[in-house]
Amino acid sequence: MVELAIDGLSWILLLAGGFFYLVGAVGMNRMPDVFTRIHAVSVGDTMGAGLLVAGMVLQAGPSLVAAKLIIILAVMLFTGSVATHALAKAALQDKLHPLIATPNGELKFIEAEDAAIAVEQLATSAVETTAANTGGPKS
Amino acid sequence: MMFAVAILAVLLALSLAISRALSGPTVFDRLLAANSVGTSAILLLALFGFMTGRPEFLDLGLTYVLLNIIGTLAVLKYFRYGSLAHGGEDEEAES
Repeated sequence: MVELAIDGLSWILLLAGGFFYLVGAVGMNRMPDVFTRIHAVSVGDTMGAGLLVAGMVLQAGPSLVAAKLIIILAVMLFTGSVATHALAKAALQDKLHPLIATPNGELKFIEAEDAAIAVEQLATSAVETTAANTGGPKS
Repeated sequence: MMFAVAILAVLLALSLAISRALSGPTVFDRLLAANSVGTSAILLLALFGFMTGRPEFLDLGLTYVLLNIIGTLAVLKYFRYGSLAHGGEDEEAES
């Protein structure tokens, strides 16, 4: 009975982990620029790998194998975030600017100096549109 | 059986990462894909070890985790400075 429960939980964890890992890989192919691709991959590297390792730990039981799996996961989490940070910083220093959405919904590249101004304009325009949508009483 | 399904998912993700590595417009896309391929290799090693009932492959996986980050950082440093022998002390003055 207990074994059946552990097997079922393992199934769920492994399936969910595989799903999240696949979602990360699909996002890496579908996203429009480097920074959004990094963002998509981080889903697979944390959620996907974490759930997969959790499923394997359940199958291993309390043993040295489980300890090794947990060590692998911990090292993977630390090094993954360090590598991602270095990647994003190197991309920024290589004059690669993030894509920013304009108010009418299209994506375009914006210089780093103009990015703060653009974000401010976006915020004010968003406030104006919400005010226009909700503010006036509809007759 | 459950490990076979998970292996299938990881293999699919691996092929998607390889397609991004082949088609990535910038070197950073390719590097991100290479990092993802490394992670997939570790997960494949662990899952395959469990599927065949020999979890001793985990030691290799632990080594691969460490090699993965060192490889990524080395390639990043190479593209930043043009050589791997750069000390990095005058980074502030340069940037």
